[in-house]
Amino acid sequence: MAGFLARRLVSSVVLVAVAASLAYLLAAAALDPRANYAGRTPAPPPAVVDAQLTALNLNDRTPLTERYLTWAGGVLRGDFGKSVSGAPVGDDLKRRAGVTLRLVLLGLVCGSALGVMAGALAAARQYGWFDRLSAAVSFLLLAVPVVVLANVLILAGTWANDHLFGARVLLVAGEASAGLEAGLWETLLDRAQHLVLPTVTITLGLAAVFSRYQRNTMLDVLGADYLRTAMAKGLTRRRALIRHGLRTALIPVATYFAFTFGALLTGATFTEKIFGWHGLGERLISSIFTNDVNTVAAISCLAAVAVLVASMAAGLLQAVLDPRVRAG
Amino acid sequence: MTLSEEVAEESAGDDAGRPPPPSRARAVTGRFLSSRQGRAGALVLTLVFLFAFAGPLVSPWSHTDKDFAAFLAPPSAAHWFGTLQTGADVFAVTLRGLQRSLVVGLLAAVVCTALAALAGAFAGYFLGWTDRVITWVTDLLLVLPAFLILAVMSPLFGAGQWPLFVLMLALFLWMVTAKMARGMTISLREREFVRAARYLGVPPVRIVLSHVLPNLSSLLIVDATLNVSAAILTETSLSYFGFGIQPPDVSLGTLIADGSRTAVYAPWTFWFAAGLLVVTVLAVNLIGDALRDAFDPTAREPR
Amino acid sequence: MTPALEVTDLRVTLGGAPVVRGLGYAVRKGEVLGLVGESGCGKSVSAAAVMGLLPPGARVTGSIRLGGRELVGLRERELAAVRGSAVSMVFQDPLSALTPVYRVGDQIAEAVRTHQKVTKEQAAVRAVDLLDLVGIPDPARRALAFPHEFSGGMRQRALIAMAMANDPDVIICDEPTTALDVTVQAQVLEVLKTAQRQTGAAIVMITHDLGVVAGFADRVLVMYAGRPVESGDVDDVFYHARMPYTAGLLGAVPRIDAAGRAAPAPIDGAPPAPGDLPPGCPFAPRCPLRVEACDEREPPLFEVGPGHRAACIRWDEVSPPLPAPPGRTGPGVRGPRTVLAVDGLVRHYPLVKGAVFRRRVGTVHAVAGISFDIREGETLGLVGESGSGKTTALTEILELTRPQQGRVVVLGRDTAALTAAQRMEIRRDVQVVFQDPLASLDPRMTVHDILAEPLRTHRHGDPRRRVGELLALVGLDPAHAARYPKDFSGGQRQRIAIARALALQPRLLVLDEPVSALDVSVQAGVLGLLGALKTELGLSYLLVAHDLAVVRHIADRVAVMYLGRIAEIGRADAVYTAPAHPYTQALLSAIPLPDPARERARERILLTGERPDPASPPSGCRFRTRCPTFRSVLTETERGLCADTEPEMRPLGEDQSAACHYAERLAVV
Repeated sequence: MAGFLARRLVSSVVLVAVAASLAYLLAAAALDPRANYAGRTPAPPPAVVDAQLTALNLNDRTPLTERYLTWAGGVLRGDFGKSVSGAPVGDDLKRRAGVTLRLVLLGLVCGSALGVMAGALAAARQYGWFDRLSAAVSFLLLAVPVVVLANVLILAGTWANDHLFGARVLLVAGEASAGLEAGLWETLLDRAQHLVLPTVTITLGLAAVFSRYQRNTMLDVLGADYLRTAMAKGLTRRRALIRHGLRTALIPVATYFAFTFGALLTGATFTEKIFGWHGLGERLISSIFTNDVNTVAAISCLAAVAVLVASMAAGLLQAVLDPRVRAG
Repeated sequence: MTLSEEVAEESAGDDAGRPPPPSRARAVTGRFLSSRQGRAGALVLTLVFLFAFAGPLVSPWSHTDKDFAAFLAPPSAAHWFGTLQTGADVFAVTLRGLQRSLVVGLLAAVVCTALAALAGAFAGYFLGWTDRVITWVTDLLLVLPAFLILAVMSPLFGAGQWPLFVLMLALFLWMVTAKMARGMTISLREREFVRAARYLGVPPVRIVLSHVLPNLSSLLIVDATLNVSAAILTETSLSYFGFGIQPPDVSLGTLIADGSRTAVYAPWTFWFAAGLLVVTVLAVNLIGDALRDAFDPTAREPR
Repeated sequence: MTPALEVTDLRVTLGGAPVVRGLGYAVRKGEVLGLVGESGCGKSVSAAAVMGLLPPGARVTGSIRLGGRELVGLRERELAAVRGSAVSMVFQDPLSALTPVYRVGDQIAEAVRTHQKVTKEQAAVRAVDLLDLVGIPDPARRALAFPHEFSGGMRQRALIAMAMANDPDVIICDEPTTALDVTVQAQVLEVLKTAQRQTGAAIVMITHDLGVVAGFADRVLVMYAGRPVESGDVDDVFYHARMPYTAGLLGAVPRIDAAGRAAPAPIDGAPPAPGDLPPGCPFAPRCPLRVEACDEREPPLFEVGPGHRAACIRWDEVSPPLPAPPGRTGPGVRGPRTVLAVDGLVRHYPLVKGAVFRRRVGTVHAVAGISFDIREGETLGLVGESGSGKTTALTEILELTRPQQGRVVVLGRDTAALTAAQRMEIRRDVQVVFQDPLASLDPRMTVHDILAEPLRTHRHGDPRRRVGELLALVGLDPAHAARYPKDFSGGQRQRIAIARALALQPRLLVLDEPVSALDVSVQAGVLGLLGALKTELGLSYLLVAHDLAVVRHIADRVAVMYLGRIAEIGRADAVYTAPAHPYTQALLSAIPLPDPARERARERILLTGERPDPASPPSGCRFRTRCPTFRSVLTETERGLCADTEPEMRPLGEDQSAACHYAERLAVV
């Protein structure tokens, strides 16, 4: 067991290392930090630019391998380098990870709960009105890209503020109002007002995915022999479905939940960017615009770790829920 | 891709000169057409295609024209969908963007499904080192944040370089399909007709091409369809942030990005592009879902 | 006295097709009714109808009276109150019939608590009692196990326990032993008898196995195309069949007793699909006694004797199956040339555990050193139950590569020393026919392409001409070459698979359970074809099967495997009439005969316990943990030898040897 875990850990670490290196090399080759200085007036002397770039380990006149080795050495010591503005990348990302986590966790919990309920109900009454309705809604939601959904919600929120509430109830920019000086409750309320629309954006998309997934696993279970056995011992269809069907159908969905969480860490990019939340996803986009090689590499590394940790968590979760896996 | 093309793909791997087309293809087509959502999806997608490619023929404006007499004008007889801030005709640029998105989505899906089929089938059939290498590469690409990498490489997709963009898009979309194909191949590998071929002495590569891939075709066709929508959505999102199709070329993503800024006071700049995108993806998804039911012989009665 | 269960004029329509068309029967408490028929005859659907467990969209008419109470038309809640308390059911596939995520004891307790007002603790105690009753050792501990920790036989016992939980009046058993090994089947049938004694319930036993019915049922009802075609006392139906279908079925069953050397007689054709019935008697197209009047209308059930009814207008002309003509007797001496020699073959696998954290925890010795040979023109039957290693042995031989240990010599060539080109050459001479003909034919190829593939691969002859020849050889119409496998019936598909195997004119054919996926009435035809081809083409067969009756009919020699070793090998006649290894004896004695009087008189040798884990076989003799001789005949000192020393093959007569220290020939059939 220990040997196995160690091997799995090693292979994961290798995967992360290769992924991060690949991301760094790509970014270092494709992005051009020197361009950041081109538009400045007065134009800084080339020697100064070179010196600054070298200090940040971003100088394209240094051979790529050399830059890579410097970067990799830093990463091994836990130092992800500095962003183009000179601030340490690690601190910035740490702060932003908290923001993202808040947004993603809430959206994921709401979305999966909503989706699982809808999917289970739809499967239990296959081809009933609810099944048709939920299928139609989730198909529509699946066809709406986040960039459209977020913008539509912003339009809808603005319209609702003007016409329904008559006040700015739903706030669409940032995670909190800037410069707000108020007590605890007002601050919380202000944050909640900012939270609604981005959370709804994430929730709706996830609920659509989860409802389809739950419906499918539930339908598989519906045809299972053990459900027939449960009914043969005298359980009504409803009780058999809840006690024997739902419990079994939840196993793959729970696994999927863990996977999604890993992917969402950077997957909330569009939502964050459009709603102006200063999370990881937003940084991801701005780092490319600012040619911030070190941040790009660090986020890639973080994303890879998140995905791998999530897949391990998914495995563990499955083992907890499914005795066949647990004992095996 | 129209339906008949998709079904034709199923028999594409067969030897030339085989007399009758597989009766299974006919059965699947029949089941597909008997489902309402399948019919609706196919019809809508056909209309979207016609609209995208025949529309410019009747439009008085081309997508590069600028009407300096009408900036941000609402829909009118002269400009059916209104104009943008630049004076460009919304109808013309939307159709142009739609064409781009459709072509990019379709090509990326075809390339990525082909890649997935080969990688999955070879990994699953040969196992051992082949499998380990392919699985490792799959895992690596799954672990890398696709959006980020594509965005970093976006400077390469400059003017006229969209085929490269299609390739890169496909490169980051094939992994999940490949994993499924691999799993199915592993079970196919132990199926008796594959074992029978092995014991007949049929060379392994030929077994993969003539027995394994055709039997994966139902999975592949369904996934190819769903990959079309995934590719369109990814392309749109990338282009939205300026990492995909580069100006002066337009795609639905760039249009939605521009439109969202003016949407509050000039809704026509946003809704036409967004609406067409949603309708297209919805139609593709409906087709994919109906195809899945049509391929599944245990599917319950049609709705 | 009202019958416990009375079904009258039951009709079930599934998706528009009439699947059950006028079924009627009655069972009293304590009585066993056997419901017999081939796949698709509607017997399982009729059981589901009684339980109210039909899929949505099924239409039921007629009457189902349980202890006088009408069940047809009851609401879901009322039906649920009856299910599991007054009538309960045992299903065919025990592997998937238990919810994987709950403990076995809890699932049985749930059955108790659904119908009885008892506390959780009382129900749990009752569950343990029930597990004890169905013969599960250490029931208190076993109740805490999950279903996947149970073997197939134990799961079926648990399901029987569940069916008994509320002392039902009727237990419906739907093919309860079909998925089980024959020795386990014997155990489970014993448990069912116990269950009946305990509850006094009426049992409806649904099965396709005439042997099971002969030994277990009091009365029999034979179904064909959704209708009862003959019913009556078990002796009347078996000895005085009045419906040609029943007579044909009885004649088609391969048997392990002396009659087994006779060729079972096939029934022509295949059962009709529901919704596509011929006019008149549905059996007429396959019936040897058909006259014009048969096609006019469907015959009703005629009273042909006291309590004996048959649906045939010529019932008084139907004769019971003829006493079998003397079967072919193979040459007494073995041929001189060896086509396949296996010597000390070993195959072991790493035993990997865990879906998430995979790790190697041991080694499974699937094949632990077996030796046999096949001479030219000879058929060797390799028999064994699941887990015996017979399929692994077959795969090892077919791979034609160097085995982990031991030697495989095919047609005089050692497989360890073959080059790729030589291996390709030998592939021509060694061909295989698999169990499931539908799975072994690529569904996306036409029959022509399927048969042409070996010819193209080996550039052997002209496919266009040869394909026609091959189809004719196996008794199919060459004009059907453009069709797909799904357009054929099961028996025809197996003929296609045989034709493919013959395409390259091989010398050795490996048959992997060639008829076990087929209905009895079709089996006989395929077996007959195999026999004829062998003489005609001078083939040798390696026949791997679990069904000893099939093997008896076709094999010259037989090898019995247990846990990776050969327990007994020898001339088929010798092994069947006087098996020497205790395992062979138990195996043969477990097989039911389609002969009620003899079944009643037979003494079964029941094996105890479960097959040991092939990853950790017992020391010494692998069979000793379940061996009746070891348990009750041997003295303590004699047992010592069994526990310490693995027995070697010992000759016990002309061409019969057994791997047992205390082997003794004994007639058990």
